[in-house]
Amino acid sequence: MERTRLRRQVALTRQSLFDQGFLDEQFIQLEDLQDDANPNFVEEVVTLYYRDSARLITNIEKALEKNSLDFNKLDGFMHQFKGSSSSIGAKKVKAECTLFREYCRAGNGEGCTRTFQQIKKEYATLKRKLEAYFQVVRQAGPAETACWPK
Amino acid sequence: MATAGEILRRSLTDEVGVSKGSVSGSEEFHVLAVDDSFVDRKVIERLLKISSCKVTVVESGSRALQYLGLDGEKSSVGFNDLKINLIMTDYSMPGMTGYELLKKIKESSAFREIPVVIMSSENILTRIDRCLEEGAEEYIIKPVKLSDVKRIKDVIMGGDGK
Repeated sequence: MERTRLRRQVALTRQSLFDQGFLDEQFIQLEDLQDDANPNFVEEVVTLYYRDSARLITNIEKALEKNSLDFNKLDGFMHQFKGSSSSIGAKKVKAECTLFREYCRAGNGEGCTRTFQQIKKEYATLKRKLEAYFQVVRQAGPAETACWPK
Repeated sequence: MATAGEILRRSLTDEVGVSKGSVSGSEEFHVLAVDDSFVDRKVIERLLKISSCKVTVVESGSRALQYLGLDGEKSSVGFNDLKINLIMTDYSMPGMTGYELLKKIKESSAFREIPVVIMSSENILTRIDRCLEEGAEEYIIKPVKLSDVKRIKDVIMGGDGK
């Protein structure tokens, strides 16, 4: 009974991530790559994403502190951040990254700074939600996580 | 019990009628993937492995050239034994872009016949044209999906009768 309850919790938590727009189709693409031999693939990719994102956020933060902004450099960092966000299906984060890049191209430093605060917020929320999600996944035990209804 | 990969390989061999000398059921389809992103490297590796490919992943164009023995260094191991069936490279990479890597590969007599696929998150027509003109097999938009990999592999294996 406990298992069933946990699995239902996994399903509900997962669904809400999509319904609330945190994740898109790409996350499902990653789930499809999981199997018995690689049951934690999605979590492994997401963990890599956290590490990568932490580095990029630090770099962007430093770059934004400069008196004269190097928009090319900022755009370069954001291109990377947007890319990895897109690869894991981080829908909201990706959208904010797109906005940031538009401000870069327009040479709008204030827009960049403002949008970056938004990105950090969205990223922190996503990370928190995904960590909670994977925790329930682990609690529910090895399951039919690879066979989500499409 | 046959794995999905084995079934895919068997059905491909049946449908395509792969001849001896080209990629047969016993030889693996070897893909060299190039991407500077940790996340994308992990994903592309998995996409390729699930599609029954042998995978070598490197993080830069210069590493790719090193692997192929095209970096000007005398390679102690005869790279003539290196069988690569496909190169998939990210476009935007620091140092050497995927386009520059594509050019170097197409300039090499040893490797110019190997199909090169460019991957990019940016849908820029001039960029796509330039890559295709330089001899890229395809230009696919990231994020790369399993269906992209399967389609590309089918196309390349199917065209092996040339």
